[in-house]
Amino acid sequence: MTVTVLILLLLALGAVGFFLGRARAMAASQGDMRRLHSLPNFYGWHGAIMAFLPALFFLTLWSIAQPLLIERQLAGFFPAEQFENETDRILLMADVRRVAQGIDSAVVAGALTPDQAIALNIADDDVRARLAEVGVALGSAVTAEVLQAAQSYRELASTGGLFRSIFTILIALGCLAYAIKITQADFRARNRVEAVALGMLMLASTIAILTTVGIILSMLSETIRFSTMYPFADFLFGLTWAPTFQGNSQLGLLPLLWGTFYISFVAMVVAVPTGIFTAIYLAEYASPRVRSVVKPLIEVIAGIPTVVFGLFALVTVGPFLREWIAEPTGLGTSGSSVMTAGIVIGILQVPFISSLTDDIMNAVPQSLRDGSYGLGATKSETVRQVILPAALPGIVGAILLAASRAIGETMIVTMGAGASAKLDLNPFEAMTTITVKIVSQLTGDLEFNSPETLVAFALGITLFVITLGLNVFALWVVRRYREQYE
Amino acid sequence: MDDQLMTERLVDAQDIKITARGVQVYYGEKHALKDVDVDILTNTVTAFIGPSGCGKSTFLRCLNRMNDTVAIARVEGDIRIDGEDIYDSRVDPVQLRAKVGMVFQKPNPFPKSIYDNVAYGPKIHGLARTKADLDGIVEESLRKAALWNEVKDRLKESGTGLSGGQQQRLCIARAIATGPEVLLMDEPCSALDPIATAQVEELIDELREKFSVVIVTHSMQQAARVSQKTAFFHLGNLVEYGNTSKIFTNPDDPRTESYITGRIG
Ligand SMILES: Nc1ncnc2c1ncn2[C@@H]1O[C@H](COP(=O)(O)OP(=O)(O)O)[C@@H](O)[C@H]1O
Ligand SMILES: [Mg+2]
Repeated sequence: MTVTVLILLLLALGAVGFFLGRARAMAASQGDMRRLHSLPNFYGWHGAIMAFLPALFFLTLWSIAQPLLIERQLAGFFPAEQFENETDRILLMADVRRVAQGIDSAVVAGALTPDQAIALNIADDDVRARLAEVGVALGSAVTAEVLQAAQSYRELASTGGLFRSIFTILIALGCLAYAIKITQADFRARNRVEAVALGMLMLASTIAILTTVGIILSMLSETIRFSTMYPFADFLFGLTWAPTFQGNSQLGLLPLLWGTFYISFVAMVVAVPTGIFTAIYLAEYASPRVRSVVKPLIEVIAGIPTVVFGLFALVTVGPFLREWIAEPTGLGTSGSSVMTAGIVIGILQVPFISSLTDDIMNAVPQSLRDGSYGLGATKSETVRQVILPAALPGIVGAILLAASRAIGETMIVTMGAGASAKLDLNPFEAMTTITVKIVSQLTGDLEFNSPETLVAFALGITLFVITLGLNVFALWVVRRYREQYE
Repeated sequence: MDDQLMTERLVDAQDIKITARGVQVYYGEKHALKDVDVDILTNTVTAFIGPSGCGKSTFLRCLNRMNDTVAIARVEGDIRIDGEDIYDSRVDPVQLRAKVGMVFQKPNPFPKSIYDNVAYGPKIHGLARTKADLDGIVEESLRKAALWNEVKDRLKESGTGLSGGQQQRLCIARAIATGPEVLLMDEPCSALDPIATAQVEELIDELREKFSVVIVTHSMQQAARVSQKTAFFHLGNLVEYGNTSKIFTNPDDPRTESYITGRIG
């Protein structure tokens, strides 16, 4: 039985549990709902949950554990030295699995009878060709060990699958029976059901946290591997970024860091005033009609894919800056530049800043505006001296969020600023950022065991630390300037 | 009885500060204030009373043109302060509001320091030439608002950290600091506890020496305690206007009497 079928079966059992639980409660109440502790549906849900959840939990555990156990069993088929290296082992196991699945699908497709499948051997059959017939492509010819292991894998997997189905169904039935047994008039089904609901809410909230932790740990472990191959101090303080694929790369972070900050700085210089002025206009001056048209229009910008912005940088902004500013002033000859990417990223951040700032300014109580107007302040004095200061924490937060988005931007930089890592003050020079280099170090047919590829993880961690620092700083500023008003 | 006549004659002898004739206010289609005529005297506390939604705040807000900040509001009629039409196109509402200060129902100190709250108006209107000038204005305003002793050591702390009653007195100090001639107060005590209310009421009585005070209040006891003149509004009409003692003891209009005795409201 496949997992899908099993889950469908569990759902069906859950439905049965619902009706049994409900019916049992109704019977216990002798038709008078008021005698029950909870509403009848809660007893139903209790039955359904008991039939479904424990069995599902077991099924999940089993499905995780089975491949691990089987792999351990299969180790016996291979010489120990092939299993020493982590990467080799993973590749070998992947081969075994593919062959096993290939044989399975050949049986399903009718290309092999089950007996033929078991009788397959390297000497008589070209296993690779036979599997290719049923659409399973293998990278290399199948060795005797792999075939043997695959056969054993099939056997273990099918026994495992059988036990899995049996146990799962037994557990579902057992729990269901128990649920029905304890369903009495005074059984607190509502509390139980709500406890389960609470558990699910908590589970949902931990998923995001656990994922973050997982990401950090995996990046950290790769970064540590990187630091065993390349001196970490050279990475942190190196002034040159020159990866080569023959080794001897220079992997200095500083040029990338500089590019990242320079481009983000230009972006924020564009985005912050524009965004905040837009927000002030929308929140304080625009009539409701203008506002209802302009605000959505601005927010449309946020919905444009960044690659489209990249094109805009590449074919419009870049050439424009080159022809009108860089070349006449002799500052550069390249359309790709810090300015190009910075300006376009800045435009992208405008709706983000303006929209958040607008919301924040709207949240400043009307009573403060009245107080200011009542003292004879004009609109602009009120905005500058009362509303902006009151909204400041939120605005700072919005700006820092926009900054961390700008720092993480990749596509526009690739298309607008080029890919050359340079330490240069001239904003009309092509430069590049951390994100772009992460992508370019990982593209191509590479193995994850050279410093040139592993550096991507070190760069990732650096980026993570920077944005984390930025957010912590944002929180600190917000706390510091938070001023209470009701 | 003699005493009362005396004060009434005193009040009557005073100058008229504000005259309002035929004031109509519309919020969009809604006719919120109908044909109101009132004279407000200098150095007098005038109370506006009446059931909720009868237009007291609306009329108050006509006197410093705060209704200009409400997009749908339209004001008609003639309102003069010291004989000058405040709705004349030559009058800058912003200047007018410095002359006619306002204190609101809920204390609304700015999220700034106590000092900056009070200095806000004088700075905007350029009333102080030097820092010392400004310090002087701030101190004097806080003293007039009976708050100086409580806050003189914490002028740099946020105004929002004060208690409700202190906040309201801070707002009064803030209004006084621009040197107004008229002080409008819209239910200034409705968010305060009885002790803070008593402090503010005492303050209002003192403020009468320097300003014309117009106060909207929900509490008839308060009107009776602090005001010399009372105007009773009902459903957008000014029903009766006269000396407070008369309104509370011997009103002419049956509606006033019903309200005073608690039959409508
Ligand atoms: N900004 C406004 N927009 C529309 N209607 C308003 C506005 N302010 C007040 N009104 C209406 O005008 C009438 C008088 O209100 P108001 O002067 O606030 O009464 P109150 O005597 O309680 O202070 C009420 O019916 C109110 O609904
Ligand atoms: Mg009111």
